[in-house]
Amino acid sequence: MREIQAETLTEAVKNLCIKACYTLPEDTYAALVQSEKTEKSPAARGILKDLIKNADIARKGSIPLCQDTGMTVLFVEVGQDVHICGSLEEALHEGVRRGYTEGYLRKSVVAEPLFERKNTADNTPAFIHYSIVPGDRIKIRMAPKGAGSENKSTVTMLVPADGIDGVKKTVLETVKKAGPNSCPPMVIGVGLGGTMEIAALNAKKACMRDINSKNADERYAALENELLELVNKTGIGPQGFGGTTTALKVHIEWSPTHIASLPVAVNINCHSARHAEIIL
Amino acid sequence: MSQQKIKITAPFSRETAEKLRAGDQVLISGTIIAARDAAHKRLAKALAKGEQLPVDLEQAVIYYVGPSPARPGFPVGSAGPTTSGRMDSYTPALIEHCRISGMIGKGYRSQAVADAMKKAKIPYLAATGGAGALIADSIKKYTVLAYGDLGTEAIAAMEVVDFPAIVAIDCLGNNFYETGQAPYRTIG
Repeated sequence: MREIQAETLTEAVKNLCIKACYTLPEDTYAALVQSEKTEKSPAARGILKDLIKNADIARKGSIPLCQDTGMTVLFVEVGQDVHICGSLEEALHEGVRRGYTEGYLRKSVVAEPLFERKNTADNTPAFIHYSIVPGDRIKIRMAPKGAGSENKSTVTMLVPADGIDGVKKTVLETVKKAGPNSCPPMVIGVGLGGTMEIAALNAKKACMRDINSKNADERYAALENELLELVNKTGIGPQGFGGTTTALKVHIEWSPTHIASLPVAVNINCHSARHAEIIL
Repeated sequence: MSQQKIKITAPFSRETAEKLRAGDQVLISGTIIAARDAAHKRLAKALAKGEQLPVDLEQAVIYYVGPSPARPGFPVGSAGPTTSGRMDSYTPALIEHCRISGMIGKGYRSQAVADAMKKAKIPYLAATGGAGALIADSIKKYTVLAYGDLGTEAIAAMEVVDFPAIVAIDCLGNNFYETGQAPYRTIG
């Protein structure tokens, strides 16, 4: 059985936090560059140019892309032939603690949601989703998630009769309500099926997928494209000031579901669709 | 619409506030006041109790922002706007009682805020959300004025030079979110 030291995981998470918040991933950057070429509104093109410039400044100047360096979402795939020396959970939180402190990232987490809302001062806890996979490696995918877009995300429990049209309507309504508040052009993750929480988790995974990826099932891939076209007809545009680029991409992830259910989760991401990954 | 950017000074004079029109692109120089959720909550509480505010906000241009920490040698970290709508329930009181001269943030405002703005004849501007690194270049000094215990949410004075923004709602109530989107909307 392969051994991995907890400290190795901590260092990896620290570096992922810093990298994700300073460097717009190549896929997102390329999508912004492409959108600036196809956008019809001159004012919107100006905004898209500023977003590209912002990414250049952040990467060169070691300043976060956005002051909202988010809650830290981690998807951790643990190979079943790995033995971790030390506490896996604590190692991941410690990585966030170090990354957000040493990287001059904003600490945006409160310890409790309702009464005191006291800031934990080190951006912990991370929000971690584990899965056990075959093999002897550990894969960590990190995505900082800002509140402007997270606050506009929805879970709707449709019924089977609502069908494809119901899904389209739900996505469009969510996007219209989000408008400029979630910093368009957005990346939209749609989670279908499962239970309520599985739909939400699917939406989050869809949000974090490589922007150039498409659903493996052609029917869902076609629906991704159709939803993108619909969303870009709303006219919301970059920052909500009008245009043809309301979203850069729509991704769908789905699961089996109950005979009586059609859960639809829509997780909105802003244009700063940040993610970073490492395999240990 | 490759329009000229209009240079203006903050705090906004009456003349500036009244000449700006929805959709105008501006570069702001002068002093703006950073305040967001937690600071607004405390200010509202103080106003409701009739207490004196820790900062004189008369004529202030409020910027909804919570910057990331500054590296040594820099005044501030990344510092783009946060969602203005979360401040809506507190804003009419700040407009009426404190007589602020404008606001900078991002996103839609409530009807109550729009009404209060129209009455006081002040504008609401939007900076580009998610462009915190670009915007930070225009911020030259950051000084905490009150509620320092709130960290990133403290009230602070920001000295800015050519801070870029767009007039989202002008003092007459014209709304650039509405007029900007309409020509590009092809579904209901």
